[in-house]
Amino acid sequence: MLMNSKKIIQVEHLKYEYPQSNQHLALNDLSVEINAGEWVAIIGHNGSGKSTFAKSLNGLLDLQNGSIVIDGLPLAMETVWEIRKKIGMVFQNPDNQFVGATVEDDVAFGLENQGIERAIMQTRVTDAIERVGMTDYTKREPSRLSGGQKQRVALAGIIAQQPEILILDEATSMLDPEGRREVLETIHQLKQETNMTVLSITHDIDEAASADRIIILDDGQVVDQGTPAEIFAYGQRLMALGLDVPYPEKLKAALTTLAVPMPSEYLTTERMVDYLWTLHSKM
Amino acid sequence: MPGDSILHRMDPRAKLVASFYYIGIIFLARSWPAYAVLFVFTMSLVLISKIKLDFFIKGVRPLLWLILFTVLLQIFFTRGGHIYWQWGFLTLTRYGLLNGAYIFMRFVLIIFMSTLLTLTTPPLSLADAIESLLKPLKAIRFPVYEVALMLSIALRFVPTLMDETTKIMNAQRARGVDFGEGGLFKQMKAIVPILIPLFVSSFNRADDLATAMEARGYQGGEGRSKYRILKWQTMDSLAMVAMAILTVILIVLR
Repeated sequence: MLMNSKKIIQVEHLKYEYPQSNQHLALNDLSVEINAGEWVAIIGHNGSGKSTFAKSLNGLLDLQNGSIVIDGLPLAMETVWEIRKKIGMVFQNPDNQFVGATVEDDVAFGLENQGIERAIMQTRVTDAIERVGMTDYTKREPSRLSGGQKQRVALAGIIAQQPEILILDEATSMLDPEGRREVLETIHQLKQETNMTVLSITHDIDEAASADRIIILDDGQVVDQGTPAEIFAYGQRLMALGLDVPYPEKLKAALTTLAVPMPSEYLTTERMVDYLWTLHSKM
Repeated sequence: MPGDSILHRMDPRAKLVASFYYIGIIFLARSWPAYAVLFVFTMSLVLISKIKLDFFIKGVRPLLWLILFTVLLQIFFTRGGHIYWQWGFLTLTRYGLLNGAYIFMRFVLIIFMSTLLTLTTPPLSLADAIESLLKPLKAIRFPVYEVALMLSIALRFVPTLMDETTKIMNAQRARGVDFGEGGLFKQMKAIVPILIPLFVSSFNRADDLATAMEARGYQGGEGRSKYRILKWQTMDSLAMVAMAILTVILIVLR
């Protein structure tokens, strides 16, 4: 984890109340700091305020109380468009964020909004489409793409805009396992190439497991945060918060009760398999 | 219809303007030689497009009853010239027959020409052409960019909403709704449980789309650049010249 790097997202005492919600606060005095280049996963059950938080960051929801500073720029009426240039956001429904009539048109949409010159636009669009591995589909209409492909196009649209922060608002939750894998792979690869700050709002525990840090939200507040290994070790407590524990963790807990020696850190499925088959190996 | 003829590659603006103009000047023709010229002109365009004649004939079929009705009306109710046959208020005259034949030709030519336009031009290009042609209206504060974006989004969502309709219909069938059965009233009633969910989900989609567009920095049409551009080529100017020549020929032959 990058410890002394600059803070790219600073949120202090954020409160948000939806109209007609009977004074129930969707965000209740939320304070979060995220470093540049960090990958943070925000997990929490439905209604925990995670999507509200994501939408507050780029001013899609009005700031009611508290302060948000993105890359040194405080969020306000005058700065909201500048901030939206710094944040790329992928939403849940692959169909409902596809604006263009073809793949290339959709990738170009954000650039058109910024009034970028056509020559620059063309190179950036071609490059972005190549990065997500959709070059063969440049002229395709969205109706002829799978959900995973549409989400990759959405990612390309963001890459073309070259923002500093990528927010995934449950971007993989409507995809089949294959599509989810494709999209996550693309994000991993992007993260490596660009060192963007990634903020993923997710239900998917495997997606959260790839993060540097996990923040658990409940009732609009940060309940806990830590590395994936630290968080997944909570087991029962996670389930009490309505969250699922990754399968290797459940297995680990079950084996521990049977007095099988187990390591304390988080193991992915593969590493768990490796651990198990070498458990009694003396080599 | 994908293809690679000269017509496919023409600027959609040229095609749009030329097609509408052509439909206008068809009404200049009032003699057989004029119709012969128009017929040859249209048929050569069909040949150039390399699209099978079947597609054009299919275009005529849905309008067959309208054409028949109009032609018969012309034949039986136009008076003048030699009377061939008479029965009560129905008369069959020379002018009647002639007018009927002209109307029939007009219909066929107009349908062929508009089919040619839609078969050689993708809907999105047509939307671009409309945007470009409407640009002068910006002077009277007509929201040209917004209308064009609405048009292209509407086109983009047609297949999505069709999928959705199929899904809803299947869901309703699974609950025992019978489509296409019973009287007219019953059939109309069966459509309600399709329309309402479709309406609700369209609004949800629109809401999501607006949020996504805003997140990507959409602030209205002003200050936007264009990714797709239209190119006016020599071919397009030539098409305009051809239209002018055709007009002169029709005026001479009328």
